[in-house]
Amino acid sequence: MKRLSLWAILAAVTSVGLAAPAFAGTTFDAVKARGSLNCGVHTGLAGFGAPDDKGEWAGLDVDVCRAVASAMFGDAKKVKYVPLTTQQRFTALQSGEIDMLSRNTTVTSQRDTELGMNFGPFNFYDGQGFLISKKLAKVKSAKDLKGATICVLPGTTTELNLTDYFRANKMNFKPVVIEKQDELAAAFFAGRCDAITSDSSQLASIRSAQAPKPEDYILLPELISKEPFAPAVRHGDDQWFDLVKWSVYAMMEAEEKGVTSANIDSLKGGSDPTIKRLLGETPGLGKALGVNEDWAYQIVKQVGNYGESFDRNVGANSKLKLPRGLNALWNQGGLMYAPPVR
Amino acid sequence: MSDQSSHNPKTASEIASHVEEPSQAELHTHRRNAFAGLGWARDNLFSNIPNTILTVLSVALLVWAAPPLLDWMLLKATFLNEDPAACREAGGACWSFVTVKHRFILFGLYPYDEHWRPLLAMALFIAALAISCDSRFWNMRIVYVWGLVLPVCGILMWGGWLGLTFVPNDKWGGLPLTLILATLGIVLAFPLAVLLALGRRSDMPAIRAICVGYIETVRGVPLVSVLFMASIMFPLFLPEGLTIDKLLRAQLGIMLFTAAYLAEAVRGGLQALPKGQYEAADALGLGYWQKTRLIILPQALRLVIPPIVNQFISCFKDTSLVIIIGLYDLLTTAKTALADPSWRAFYVESYVFAAFIYFLFCYFMSRYSQYLERRLNAGLRR
Repeated sequence: MKRLSLWAILAAVTSVGLAAPAFAGTTFDAVKARGSLNCGVHTGLAGFGAPDDKGEWAGLDVDVCRAVASAMFGDAKKVKYVPLTTQQRFTALQSGEIDMLSRNTTVTSQRDTELGMNFGPFNFYDGQGFLISKKLAKVKSAKDLKGATICVLPGTTTELNLTDYFRANKMNFKPVVIEKQDELAAAFFAGRCDAITSDSSQLASIRSAQAPKPEDYILLPELISKEPFAPAVRHGDDQWFDLVKWSVYAMMEAEEKGVTSANIDSLKGGSDPTIKRLLGETPGLGKALGVNEDWAYQIVKQVGNYGESFDRNVGANSKLKLPRGLNALWNQGGLMYAPPVR
Repeated sequence: MSDQSSHNPKTASEIASHVEEPSQAELHTHRRNAFAGLGWARDNLFSNIPNTILTVLSVALLVWAAPPLLDWMLLKATFLNEDPAACREAGGACWSFVTVKHRFILFGLYPYDEHWRPLLAMALFIAALAISCDSRFWNMRIVYVWGLVLPVCGILMWGGWLGLTFVPNDKWGGLPLTLILATLGIVLAFPLAVLLALGRRSDMPAIRAICVGYIETVRGVPLVSVLFMASIMFPLFLPEGLTIDKLLRAQLGIMLFTAAYLAEAVRGGLQALPKGQYEAADALGLGYWQKTRLIILPQALRLVIPPIVNQFISCFKDTSLVIIIGLYDLLTTAKTALADPSWRAFYVESYVFAAFIYFLFCYFMSRYSQYLERRLNAGLRR
C-alpha cells in the first residue's frame, strides 16, 4: 500500500514534468524546430555571464549565445539561458539539456576528447597575472618581482603556477597565503604584499571593486599560465558545430574589416568583396551553413563585432576595464585570428 | 557563597536566563520605584559572585560591541544614494546596495516589467498560509482557499493566459522560488512521512523493509548529494534528449529528503503513545485505517509538533542549497547580485539582507509552533 502510493506520487509528478525531447535528430534541426537556443552560461561572473539589475543576461560569453541565435533565427533574443555551476556544466551538455556551453571554460585536451566536446574558436585568452601598486615605480615586468611579497590563494593551480614561474626564472619570493578571495584582496590593498596574483580578468575585477583608487594599480604585462576560453558543443553534429564556430569568427572578421553595429547599414552596397560576403550580398555562405544569407549581418547588427562585445563587457567601456592584451586582433599584437569568411 | 545559594535556590541555568531576559511582568512591577528596581537588580543580577561577574561581563560586551555595530548599521550607513563611491566615503553599512538590487534579490531572473506578478502571487500565497494557521479554517474552507489560491498563483507566475505573457519556470527566482520549494517540499513530504512512519511500524515484513530501507538510505546521505544526484547524475540515466525540468528535480529531491527525516519524527510520536490507546481502538472494532486516522495520528502528531516544526524550519533553510545546482533562490540571487563589480565590496550587506528575510520566516514558524502547542495541549493541562 505505502509502496504503491509512493510510486504513484512519483509517477504522477514526473509524468507532468517530462519535457518534450530536447532534440529529435541532430542538435541543429532540434534548435531550428524549437525556435530558441538553450545556452549554458555562468551563474554570475561579471563581464562573462551574469544577470544585470533587471535580470537580463550580459557578458562576453553571453554574446556568443546571442550571436548564434542571431545567425540561426535573425533574433539575438531567442536564447534560453541555462545558468550552470562548474560541476554541472559538462553533464548539461552531454545530456542534451543545453545545445551549447559558453561559460568561460578553459579548453584542455581531456575535455575535448574524453568528455565528448568540440570547442569552437577561442573567445577569450585569460592567464595568471600580477597586480601591483604604481608606487613600485621600478617594477615594469614580472621579472622585476625578485624577492617580492606576493598575495596568493592557497591550494590552487594559481599557487603552483606562481612557484613554477619563480623557480624557472631563478627568483625567490615570499608568499602571503590567505584563504578567502575578498580578504586576500583586502590584504593586498592594505599594503601587506607587493603584488597579488590570480587570473588577470579576476585581478581586473578586484581592482575595480575593492581598490581605494583603482587608477593607482596596474596589471603587469606577463601572463604566466594559459587559460584559453571557448564555447563548446557536443560531439556528433558537425553542422551545428560549424554554425557556432563561424558565428564567433564572423564577429572577429567584422572587427578586422571595421564593420560595427553602428556602421553596418551604411556599408551596404559597397564594393569590398569581404564586406559584401559578411553582409550576405554575395550569396552562398548562409546556404552552406543552413541559415539565412544575412546571418553575419544579423550578428554584427544585433550583437556587434568582437571588439564591441569586448569593450562593452570586459574592456574600456565596462567596469572591469581589461586591456585587450592577448585578445586584440592578430594584426594589432593579439591572438584573435579568424580564417577568411568566404 | 554557600549561604547565598541557600538563600536563592535557583539553578544556574535559571539564573542565567533571568540575567538575559527578565520577563516583562517582572520589569513592569519593579519599575514602579527606584528602590524596587535596585532590589530587582540585586536579586537577579548581583545575587552571587559568579552572577555578578556574568553581569559585568555582559555589560562590558554590550558597551564594547553595541556602539560600533550601531555606528556601522545606522549612523554611518548609506541608504538611498545609488553611487557605490558614496558608500565607501561614508564608511558604514551600504544599504543602498539593497536599494539598488532588492528587485533582483527578491525576484531573480523574472522579467523586470512583470515583477508585480510574483509579488502578488507571493502576497496571496502568504495570506493563504496565514489563513491556514487559523484553526477556524481547519475544515472544508481551507480546501476552498487553497483550491482558489494555488491556481491563481500558478496563472500569475506562469502566465500565458488572460493577456499575461508566458514566463517559463526556469526564470523564476528569489523569494517566490524559496517559498515554493520550501512549502511544496514540506506539504508534499508530510503525507509521505506519515505513510513511511506507519510503514516502519507495520507488521508486514516487506513494507517494513522498504520503509526502513528508504528512510535509512536517505538519512545516510547529505541533501547536497541528493540534489547533486538529481541534477547531475539523473539526467545521464535518462534516454538521450529526454530532460526533466530542473526545478522539478530539485523539488522532488527536497521533498523525498524531508520526508525521510519527518518520518522519524512522526514515528517518535507513534511510539510515545501508550499501548492502551491502540488496544482501546482495537477493542472498539475499528479497522486499521479508522484506528490510525481517528485515534492514533491525532494524538501522535500533537506530541511531535516541536520536532516537526524543527524539520520545517530546517527544510526552509535547506532550500538555499539549490545554489549548487544553479537555481536562483533567495541566497543565490543575493550572491549573484554581488557579481556586479561596483558593488562587490558590499557582500556583508547582501548576506545580512538575505539572513533577515530567512529570519522573519523562521521566527514566525517557531512562534506559531509555540502557539499551536499551547492551543492543542490546552485540553491536557486542565
